[in-house]
Amino acid sequence: MNCKLSIRDLNIHFGDNHAVKNTIMDVAENSVTAIIGPSGCGKSTVLRSINRMHDLTPSARVTGTIMLDETDIYGRGVDPVTIRRRVGMVFQKPNPFPAMSIYDNVIAGYKLNGVLKKGEADEIVESSLKRVALWDEVKDRLRTGAVELSGGQQQRLCIARTIAVKPEVILMDEPASALDPISTLKIEELIEELKSKYTIVIVTHNMQQAARVSDVTAFFYLGELVEIGETRKLFTNPEKKQTEDYITGRFG
Amino acid sequence: MNLRSITVRRASNLTATVLMGAATFLVLLPLVIIFYHIVKMGISSINIGFFTNIPQPPGEAGGGMANGIAGSAVMIGMASLVGLPVGIFGAIYLTEYGTGRLATAIRFCADVLSGIPSIITGMVAYSLVVVPLKGFSALAGSFALSLIMVPIVLRTTEEQLKMVPATLREASLALGVPLWRTSIKVTLRSAMTGVITGVLLAIARVAGETAPLLFTALGNQFWSRKLTEPMAALPLQIFNFAISPYEDWHRLAWAGALVLVVMMFGLSLVARWLGRTKHS
Repeated sequence: MNCKLSIRDLNIHFGDNHAVKNTIMDVAENSVTAIIGPSGCGKSTVLRSINRMHDLTPSARVTGTIMLDETDIYGRGVDPVTIRRRVGMVFQKPNPFPAMSIYDNVIAGYKLNGVLKKGEADEIVESSLKRVALWDEVKDRLRTGAVELSGGQQQRLCIARTIAVKPEVILMDEPASALDPISTLKIEELIEELKSKYTIVIVTHNMQQAARVSDVTAFFYLGELVEIGETRKLFTNPEKKQTEDYITGRFG
Repeated sequence: MNLRSITVRRASNLTATVLMGAATFLVLLPLVIIFYHIVKMGISSINIGFFTNIPQPPGEAGGGMANGIAGSAVMIGMASLVGLPVGIFGAIYLTEYGTGRLATAIRFCADVLSGIPSIITGMVAYSLVVVPLKGFSALAGSFALSLIMVPIVLRTTEEQLKMVPATLREASLALGVPLWRTSIKVTLRSAMTGVITGVLLAIARVAGETAPLLFTALGNQFWSRKLTEPMAALPLQIFNFAISPYEDWHRLAWAGALVLVVMMFGLSLVARWLGRTKHS
């Protein structure tokens, strides 16, 4: 399999806090990689470094390299905006734009950038919403506010908004943790579906979820990558003691 | 617990309630007195003529403050044209880009600026605009008003922008929208009602300013033809007419005061109303 993301010697500091230490990991194209670990272990921090979300935090310092195909995400002269167009993100809490309709939310990436071509919009909205299996639920009320949808629908809308701009990688930061079990199931099915077209990295607190949706799982503890490997193997026969303790619920 | 302590407790509760009620009444009283007095003195001189005529010489009946109302509108408009963008974009800079010492310094300066007595702002405008242009002018008046507006708009806008959840900015940025577009199209837009509220309050504030216009716009008994001429303003006319020895002019001053207060009251109401709809 083709390596889509290649992380080398990644270190992330927030002021004096060394949040992520010497991380090395690869993410294969068209696969789902789950990042698990207890709260504060640095898993979200790693995820957010992949589309340069830390640029907004003045105290954050990222060193090392993250290669996205042939591009060093933190390379000199690399524009974070270009990176974010290739690496989309879905957040923990559904965050549709509250002032926009369902329709406008899907094409927000185009509208906000002022690059929407006439006649294209309908097509983008329909195909994106179909892809996240939301089309049938909302096609008769596309012009109503996005905030009127349920939490699960909002999250699928956010995924539709992300894939509408055709990224290569989708980062998901605990995308189902604020949702009920049925919505969670739908998101998980969706992840399985999206894998054929996108490379997905998902942070989750829920180990069952990691086991269900991912091909590869990475276990982080105290800012360090303890173990990374094929999901089935990591959950049934982990190499490290710490991993075993965590997945069997002995801590975390 | 015995009965007596309950009685004492009830009594102290009653005392506190009465005292606080009285304090509330005392807070409202000045407003009621001012309003009642202004309405009583001013209402008789309010007629169509007040809004369409310029002041008459003392001794002649009738006359209005049309030039003052228009002058205030023109100068507030021009001050807003400069003050609002500077204040709003400055606030965007502070919340979205500003980090470290520069932002702290700007915030501090804005606070100092908003605390400067407006008569001093007028003096600065005098030496920066009136002296070089060799004459009192509406431009100088507008400049002075904009100096007062900027820090108010800056700080209220900043407060509103800070309340926009970070997740909204991140949602936009993660779609590959540059920070400047995100700041304007997502962050500022989400905070719009609050920002407009702040803007209205800033306008209401400068609408009543007299001191900074005293030696900038100077005032004018007639219509001004150019922005480089002295221009009438409602608060200035009220001031000049109130200190004049003429009974007719005193009546006009009261009418002007009534118009000014009603206008500010209206602006505050609109601002409140906008602020409320946001939360419901």
